[in-house]
Amino acid sequence: MNIFVCVKQVPDTETKVQPNGDGTFIETNAIKWIMNPYDEFAVEQALLVKAANAGSTVTVLRVGGVKDTEALRTAMAMGADEAILVEAEDNLDSYSIAKALKGAIEKSGKNPDLILCGKQAIDDDCLQVPQVLAEMISLPSVAVIVGFEQNGESVTVKREIEGGALEVYELNTPCILATNKGINTPRYASLPGIMKAKRKPLQQLSLADVGVEAGDRRVVYSNFQLPPEKPAGKKFDATDEANEASVVAEVVGLLRNEAKVI
Amino acid sequence: MNFELSIEQKEMKDMAMKFSRNELIPVAQKYDEEGTFPMEEFKKAWELGLVNTCIPAEYGGAGFSETDAVMIGETLAYGCMGINTSFMANDLALLPIKIAGTHEQKEKFLKPFTEEFKIASFCLTEPGNGSDAAGIKTSIKDGGDHWIINGEKMWITNAGYADQFVVYGTIDPTLKHKGISAVVVPGGTEGIILGKKEDKMGHRSSDTRGIRFENVKVPKENMLGAPGEGWLIAMKTLDYSRPLVASAALGGAQRALDESVKYAKERKQFGVEIAKHQAIQFMIADMSMKVEASRLLVYKAAWLVDEGQRNTEIASYAKAFASDSCMQITTDAVQLFGGYGYSKEYPVEKLMRDAKLIQIYEGTSQIQRLVIAREVLKK
Ligand SMILES: Cc1cc2nc3c(=O)[nH]c(=O)nc-3n(C[C@H](O)[C@H](O)[C@H](O)COP(=O)(O)OP(=O)(O)OC[C@H]3O[C@@H](n4cnc5c(N)ncnc54)[C@H](O)[C@@H]3O)c2cc1C
Ligand SMILES: Cc1cc2nc3c(=O)[nH]c(=O)nc-3n(C[C@H](O)[C@H](O)[C@H](O)COP(=O)(O)OP(=O)(O)OC[C@H]3O[C@@H](n4cnc5c(N)ncnc54)[C@H](O)[C@@H]3O)c2cc1C
Repeated sequence: MNIFVCVKQVPDTETKVQPNGDGTFIETNAIKWIMNPYDEFAVEQALLVKAANAGSTVTVLRVGGVKDTEALRTAMAMGADEAILVEAEDNLDSYSIAKALKGAIEKSGKNPDLILCGKQAIDDDCLQVPQVLAEMISLPSVAVIVGFEQNGESVTVKREIEGGALEVYELNTPCILATNKGINTPRYASLPGIMKAKRKPLQQLSLADVGVEAGDRRVVYSNFQLPPEKPAGKKFDATDEANEASVVAEVVGLLRNEAKVI
Repeated sequence: MNFELSIEQKEMKDMAMKFSRNELIPVAQKYDEEGTFPMEEFKKAWELGLVNTCIPAEYGGAGFSETDAVMIGETLAYGCMGINTSFMANDLALLPIKIAGTHEQKEKFLKPFTEEFKIASFCLTEPGNGSDAAGIKTSIKDGGDHWIINGEKMWITNAGYADQFVVYGTIDPTLKHKGISAVVVPGGTEGIILGKKEDKMGHRSSDTRGIRFENVKVPKENMLGAPGEGWLIAMKTLDYSRPLVASAALGGAQRALDESVKYAKERKQFGVEIAKHQAIQFMIADMSMKVEASRLLVYKAAWLVDEGQRNTEIASYAKAFASDSCMQITTDAVQLFGGYGYSKEYPVEKLMRDAKLIQIYEGTSQIQRLVIAREVLKK
């Protein structure tokens, strides 16, 4: 099987983000990048499928800045066979990213049997790329999957819906699936794996190579700001029984008139 | 000059840190309290290539440099100094084979550790001979086609689980250090008698025991080097192992610093975070300086090994400085945490207990100073 995994590189979860000078994105100079955590589930699933289907290859795809290729190298250290990196700004919009991924898959010369993505990227939380990509290449797709089973040419996947209930889908390959936490436990890249990853092929393409033009952008970011700082909480002391009634009345008043929650 | 890790080293360090955070930190307290052996973590670490870092590529290892090894050691000790001692003891017991073994011995005694999960032990110390290791009394006698070992060892890490021991003994005690010899003893050989597990102040998960050898027979080909070359082998091993042990102190110290910085920004006294009090700031500044200075010494001691240069003096600087600093830094961390630092609810009291051992094993801080003074004064 030809398995593709789309991975995004996102700031480490402990990063203190700051808007950049012109407000078009966050400051990326000193950022430590990691593979988007939901994509780790996609990589793991791809490796499990590969192990169950002799002769399969896993190709990881990423659209983004080339200064650091952490996410792709991690995927290859985990066991993916090769990588394609499409050089782009790190703040590209979902539509352009999906178009670039489609182009990269075409450029690979392989017909996909399975395309896996994480259900969302933890930086911009757009939750769009898998669906847009599926639409662009006309493949069936299910997102937020927590269960996966392969039966020959078809797969049965489970999707979590509100209240913890599960929807079960059966779909034919090729298809696009977006993974959620719980589907598997991503393996660590082993140290020998990290050393081997260095020798695996990493193809670098430009946006032009994959058919993306400036006019493809549907979203332009212009005014990144930090959220306003939360004001300090107010404290009320009702330990003195004599004041109890008046303190409670004051709190209720504030909740009603100032916070407007009751 | 270059103080940067390579991209690949950074990735390995990140991976080891992920392992430390996810697999070691959450269980460190439990193993410490129960004093049980971290078998599951040891196996996981082996599967990921985090242990036995000294084994060369020729014999199935990853072929890490000494710099790689200290970087990995530092990062695992960050998660738990005690669990890391069990891991590190494997390397201590494999190094003499790497350093002095023949091709056949390496095939037989190193390679299996890359094919299967195995545990090793290094047996030098005796009840009556610690710092004065040249005075060891365990005897190794010629039995014709085999060696016969008799004697008692003390403080042997991993002893209760070891698949393989390297045992130091003497072919003739009157020869002093010129009689010392090293043999490889397979675990389970008849005549190996294990003592009970020591109840220790720190590193409580690591398995430390006395062990007796009663007429233990091993084939002639299990001797490393020639009879009488054991002392030289032991000294050469130290050049490799001291940076590694020092890296464990570095990892523990870094952890104490990180925990302290976090706590100082959270804890408020006198209306402000304690990090705003200059007394606390100075403590944190001193901790940071010592961590960085330890790191420079540890990596330099390892780098000299990789460059093929003699590192005896710098390795002792690294071992003494990093372990003494770790003791100071972890003690200060408890102080900075106030009453909470003294409680097992917080991680720093364990760091302080664990730090102490690193000033003792693999040559005490006093012995390192003897080595350093000897090296400096002979110039
Ligand atoms: C938990 C643990 C694990 C260990 N694991 C191993 C292991 O796996 N294999 C192994 O072989 N050994 C192991 N050891 C032994 C360790 O290396 C020794 O404990 C150490 O070398 C010190 O020896 P000692 O305990 O006999 O102390 P001693 O040598 O009796 O030292 C007592 C004190 O005297 C000082 N001193 C001694 N001689 C001098 C001198 N000439 N000048 C100044 N001061 C001096 C020492 O610094 C120390 O402060 C372990 C020890 C412990 C505690
Ligand atoms: C085993 C134990 C028994 C105890 N028994 C009792 C008892 O019987 N009765 C009782 O009332 N209390 C008791 N205590 C509490 C003890 O007195 C406090 O732990 C101690 O006063 C420190 O307070 P703290 O733990 O809140 O630390 P914190 O006050 O939070 O101090 C944290 C750190 O910040 C430093 N610091 C704080 N303020 C400043 C400043 N302005 N400038 C510079 N540095 C500063 C401290 O020196 C410390 O290093 C006990 C504590 C322990 C651990």
